[in-house]
Amino acid sequence: MDEKLRRSMLFLPGNNPVMLQNGGVFGADSVILDLEDAVAPTEKDAARFLIAHALRFVDYGDSETVIRINPLDTFASEDIKAIVPCRPNAILVPKVEGASDIQTVVQMIRAAEQPNQIPVKIIALLETPRGIIEAYQIAKADPRVVALAFGGEDYTAGLGAIRTKEGKEIFTARTVVVNAAAAADVQSIDTPYTDANDEDGLLADTLLANQLGFKGKMSINPRQIEVIHGVFNPSRHEIYWAQQVIFAIHKAQGEGSGVTSLNGKMIDLPIVNRAERILRLAQLLGLLEGAES
Amino acid sequence: MGSLLKIAQAGTLESSDIMITVAPGPQDSGIVIELQSIVMIQYGEDIRRTLATIVGEMGYTDIYIKALDRGALDCTIRARALTALRRAGGVFKEDIV
Amino acid sequence: MKNALGREIPEKIQGIAGVQVFAGAFATPPSMNRQAPKVKSVRPGESKMVASLAEVFAQIPVTDGMTLSFHHHFRNGDGVVNMVLATAAQLGLKNLKVALSSVFPVHAPLIKHAENGVVTALDTNYMSGPVALAVSQGLFETPVLMRTHGGRSRAIECGQLKIDVAFIAAPAADEYGNSNGVQGPAACGSLGYAFPDAQYANHVVVVTDYIVEYPLSPISIPQTKVDYVVKVACVGDPKGIASGTTLITKEPVGLKIAENAAKVIQAAGLIKNGFSFQTGAGGASLATAAFVRKMMEKNNITGSFALGGITGYMVDMLEKGLFKKLLDVQGFDLEAMQSMATNPNHLEIGADFYASPFNAGCAVNKLDAVILGATEMDIDFNVNVVTGSDGVIMGGSGGHADAAAGAKVTIIVANLLRGRLPIIVDKVLTITTPGETIDVLVTERGIAVNPRRMDLKAKLVAAGLPVKEIGELKELAERIAGIPKQIKMGKKIVAVVEYRDGTIIDVVRQVEGLSSCEA
Repeated sequence: MDEKLRRSMLFLPGNNPVMLQNGGVFGADSVILDLEDAVAPTEKDAARFLIAHALRFVDYGDSETVIRINPLDTFASEDIKAIVPCRPNAILVPKVEGASDIQTVVQMIRAAEQPNQIPVKIIALLETPRGIIEAYQIAKADPRVVALAFGGEDYTAGLGAIRTKEGKEIFTARTVVVNAAAAADVQSIDTPYTDANDEDGLLADTLLANQLGFKGKMSINPRQIEVIHGVFNPSRHEIYWAQQVIFAIHKAQGEGSGVTSLNGKMIDLPIVNRAERILRLAQLLGLLEGAES
Repeated sequence: MGSLLKIAQAGTLESSDIMITVAPGPQDSGIVIELQSIVMIQYGEDIRRTLATIVGEMGYTDIYIKALDRGALDCTIRARALTALRRAGGVFKEDIV
Repeated sequence: MKNALGREIPEKIQGIAGVQVFAGAFATPPSMNRQAPKVKSVRPGESKMVASLAEVFAQIPVTDGMTLSFHHHFRNGDGVVNMVLATAAQLGLKNLKVALSSVFPVHAPLIKHAENGVVTALDTNYMSGPVALAVSQGLFETPVLMRTHGGRSRAIECGQLKIDVAFIAAPAADEYGNSNGVQGPAACGSLGYAFPDAQYANHVVVVTDYIVEYPLSPISIPQTKVDYVVKVACVGDPKGIASGTTLITKEPVGLKIAENAAKVIQAAGLIKNGFSFQTGAGGASLATAAFVRKMMEKNNITGSFALGGITGYMVDMLEKGLFKKLLDVQGFDLEAMQSMATNPNHLEIGADFYASPFNAGCAVNKLDAVILGATEMDIDFNVNVVTGSDGVIMGGSGGHADAAAGAKVTIIVANLLRGRLPIIVDKVLTITTPGETIDVLVTERGIAVNPRRMDLKAKLVAAGLPVKEIGELKELAERIAGIPKQIKMGKKIVAVVEYRDGTIIDVVRQVEGLSSCEA
């Protein structure tokens, strides 16, 4: 799985100079410079130029730069031609419905990439019923695909259902995305919480996403980032637990014992993997005091 | 490629943006830049230079540019200028930057 | 001669007897007595009520060259200054000096009076609107004297600002001159900025549109200091008076700055029981207060007091038990006014109690933290709140320099780039508040700590806050925006900036040409 942390992915409207130039100050793991929904059809050309220059001249710090292009049936081709040479880290492809969509995008990216350019990654945005069905095939369609993202608003419209804060209508789709991504060893990213004023609702929705197994959440407002990070960061309790697991393993290895238990529970491989992932994340986030690994 | 095909505009009057209108200039009129800016004293010269450079790079010799600046950064000025030129029918050697 | 911050101050300045230059925030001790007006007497049965302003002018009598003073508690809803000056103009008076604690757009008629020679000198702590622009363009021959709120009260008390007639606009008064700011249709809350005027002016005139039966209570300005009472139809516009507060900003960059400012206060170890705090009424300051509040609530902290201009937000914190007391020198909205009228823990204080450096101790001395703004800051942490980067006067210290000097931790919150303009410059156009009283600058791209505060810096770094050198932040801003050209000012001095102790910290020169222009 791609090691890049994507706890938060912040949308920045592609035709808005203020947001593009300030996008790096909010500490999001990724910024999504948006050519699609945020930009009117008559301004797509202007947004391409703004984003191209932002990629070249704006410092986004540690944030990954992701470009949400337009769908394949509208302007994706022009977008990729214009943007890829400016070296974004990844492209977010909307309304992906099958592996062939990914392959089409890969061809376009390859044609646009410069000779020494680091290959541009792909994040597939699944936001239609078809996309959900094809989730696994999409996830493993190409090594460039590093994550599946789920778009709840369009998806719900596709179902003919009503989008609610509670989210029952998107529950299955969410778990399908998480499962498909895990099966293909890529990350899964949850749909944004669209009420920017409802902090309690955001927290509840993000806790659910975390519980379901998502690795991160898209965001439509910088105010949401701290809450989202708080949920996806390992807690002190989890870190302590993980340290205990690794300690127990090392101790057992030192004593030549094959099987270990912690607090009455057997420590088998999945538990070790989880503990190691937590500690890796904690170290990345600087949450470990002293040298632990 | 000395002049454009028609008048075109790009950008807005929002904070940190710049609204640029370009129009073909009569033969031998040269590069004429009319600039209004909320940071005229601090960056007026820089803005003119940026506009003149882009126009020069694109090879236009007879062109009229009107720019209403609301404190846009250099990269935004470039982007808006290129957009306006493209909309005015400018043919670009390479796309964008 | 150069002052301690390297600013060139003329030895002689029109309108100032004996120029003393700034030598340090606490370097100039007082060396005078309090000045006192003549003793009066009012016999039993004598009335103080006067039928009109014109009659008051006749009775005093007001003559050419006198100093008239006013407070600014009505902000942009004020009606009294214009009424009084219109009367003066009608009576053919000339060369008056106006000591108005803050000038707002509503005071635009002052320009005409200046052009006609009715008013030839201005003494104020803050200017906005047409008057500010006109002053920058050279409206007055005598430079405008710009003080701090604490400094104005000091100047009055120590006899440097001698007031002939104080016109005190009172929302409510009785026939003997007792006045308060909490009753009447034009209620404004605290009348704190008028206290020194009432104490020390030679003649005190209460101007009101709401007379109550004697004796009024509560009493903010006592009858023993009031010579005349004039009832007019309307002292001001209640809408303009009650709307001093803005909403908490929703702008994401401003919110991030506010949150980091609150984290600075926390990392400094100040959020504990007994915490005291001052903040402004603007959107970004309120946002900081909101984050501080969350921290206090999370840790069950009870603060001791909040100080300064009081808003409904601070009243809410008082009522929820987050602060024990409010010390109110200016009420910004209806909630603040109503709270002061009804809550014994919400106290009205005078400008001297609030911020004067030359008394037995003012309230800013007891502050833990204050959040302030800036139009510019230089690498020595000197702050400008008088002129915009285009050289035009758009503000003034108000309580800025006072609170900065008094507070344990002074935090400036500002965007590193305002539009395209970097806030950090080599030398600020006008120094209002000296760097030695400024501890921290919080921007969206990093936090700078004054090198004098290595103790504080260590705490912020340990808390994981994004601390950078101020030079680093300046270079970062210039890398993003380009290096700005500095404006060239003219020669004529249009305003003199006085530090709270009476020394001159800087001067403002005339602006050449227009501020936003065509090429």
